Amino acid sequence: MTAQATDIATYNFAYLDEQTKRMIRRAILKGIAIPGYQVPFASREMPMPYGWGTGGVQVTASIIGPDDVLKVIDQGADDTTNAVSIRAFFKKVANVAVTTETAKATIIQTRHRIPEYPLTTGQVLVYQVPIPEPLRFLEPRETETRKMHALEEYGLMHVKLYEDIARHGRIATTYAYPVKVEGRYVMDPSPTPKFDNPKMHRSPALQLFGAGREKRIYALPPFTDVVSLDFEDHPFEVQTFDQPCALCAAENVYLDEVILDDHGGHMFVCSDTDHCEKRRAEGHRGHLAPETMEPAQ
Amino acid sequence: MTDEPLLRVSALSKFYGSRVGCENVTFDLWPGEVLAVVGESGSGKTTLLNCLSTRLLPSSGTASYRMRDGQFRELYRMSEAERRFLMRTDWGFVHQNPADGLRMTVSAGANVGERLMAVGDRHYGKIRATAVDWLSRVEIDEDRIDDEPRAFSGGMRQRLQIARNLVTGPRLVFMDEPTGGLDVSVQARLLDLLRGLVTDLGLAAIVVTHDLAVARLLSQRMMVMKDGRVVESGLTDRVLDDPRAPYTQLLVSSILQV
Repeated sequence: MTAQATDIATYNFAYLDEQTKRMIRRAILKGIAIPGYQVPFASREMPMPYGWGTGGVQVTASIIGPDDVLKVIDQGADDTTNAVSIRAFFKKVANVAVTTETAKATIIQTRHRIPEYPLTTGQVLVYQVPIPEPLRFLEPRETETRKMHALEEYGLMHVKLYEDIARHGRIATTYAYPVKVEGRYVMDPSPTPKFDNPKMHRSPALQLFGAGREKRIYALPPFTDVVSLDFEDHPFEVQTFDQPCALCAAENVYLDEVILDDHGGHMFVCSDTDHCEKRRAEGHRGHLAPETMEPAQ
Repeated sequence: MTDEPLLRVSALSKFYGSRVGCENVTFDLWPGEVLAVVGESGSGKTTLLNCLSTRLLPSSGTASYRMRDGQFRELYRMSEAERRFLMRTDWGFVHQNPADGLRMTVSAGANVGERLMAVGDRHYGKIRATAVDWLSRVEIDEDRIDDEPRAFSGGMRQRLQIARNLVTGPRLVFMDEPTGGLDVSVQARLLDLLRGLVTDLGLAAIVVTHDLAVARLLSQRMMVMKDGRVVESGLTDRVLDDPRAPYTQLLVSSILQV
């Protein structure tokens, strides 16, 4: 082979060896069979530090094939360090096609956002999860939280929401907002803004969650019921924004605040860069958009 | 009230290896009755209490509890899910150290409301109203509802723990030295409160204590334990005024007279 001739270390397709991929696929299948249940798996060392998406990368590596088209986003953006390096990683070790277009991707690895463009059947959304256990900060003992999941004892989860209302007058949790899956398991949707929670509900795409450091995989098969927890007199609601995106004038999308100078200047722009670029290409202009489109990098 | 006991305990024993925790304990507990278990440290009181409350599994013996539907259920044959459900609805457990029975990092209101939310209450306003009501019943000011128990004194924590346990209207409460570690004036108020609540709610209770005065004030019946065995049992006044077993006589005569 050419790799041996050049004396460069060779990798198996998609970096992980086949036995590891089988092990991870088994965990994924179990996760799909029991939606919302955290399946333990033997997480491997990856060539990146924990917290940079080792769980998501392992899940992606186990399901990716030569014909797949990969998109990686970090807080909605395709052009941030984490997204760029993971995309480059799979381009190198799996030689797959990559894209930034949501509609063209078959696998989308994400850190903390769900794309604005509606996902369709056949797409797989892979989440990078830092802390898979929604009860972690309420009950520190893992032995106890697993028992609570097993016995469906979720009163404690509402204690957290109660505390929010008692302190802030409303449910102040804005990300990692707990959900109940198919009326059974309470699940941490990873630190996505709660704005994205409704997109998980009955999504036609397969959603996989990988937590590398915590060694857990869980999943939402397509069309799974995902209900955000709330109180009858304080129902779940998503964030709203006063103004549209400053660049593409999109409304009802999740916006990031961008600081423009050190005199308090700021603007709100789409966190989903692909969505924003698409809209600008279609001619939508926000109040801070430049007159002519900058060439894409 | 029915003619049947609430709890039937028969030949209950717990061994830790070759050591005896408690041995051959048999008694019935009736609805609305307060039973005190007294004895010195290491006499098996707490082991017995933990076995009865299913926090420990006994080595042998049975205990059956009359559920709300009137059927007796064998405690040690229930599934863990059923036992835990019983623990947070029909039973209460008041720990000696309130930190063991409270969530120290969530507010007093949430501590009281947790059991309600655990049984499916999903209306914030109602949960909060119930919490306010219970705080006032245990003499905690309403404006402390959003404070964490860490900011409470020992006596207040103990009262909060009691409110947290009683909010679901249990029929049986286990108490492990409920007044331990409190100074005497606080003890007196707590006992007064407990006595009032127990009579008002018709609670049955099993109170473990080494303090004979607590037993005298709270309980109608008592059991005296030594080395894991029950050496004497009977009506509290009878046992304390006319102790028959030599050990009970020693215990009663050891009370400091001020």
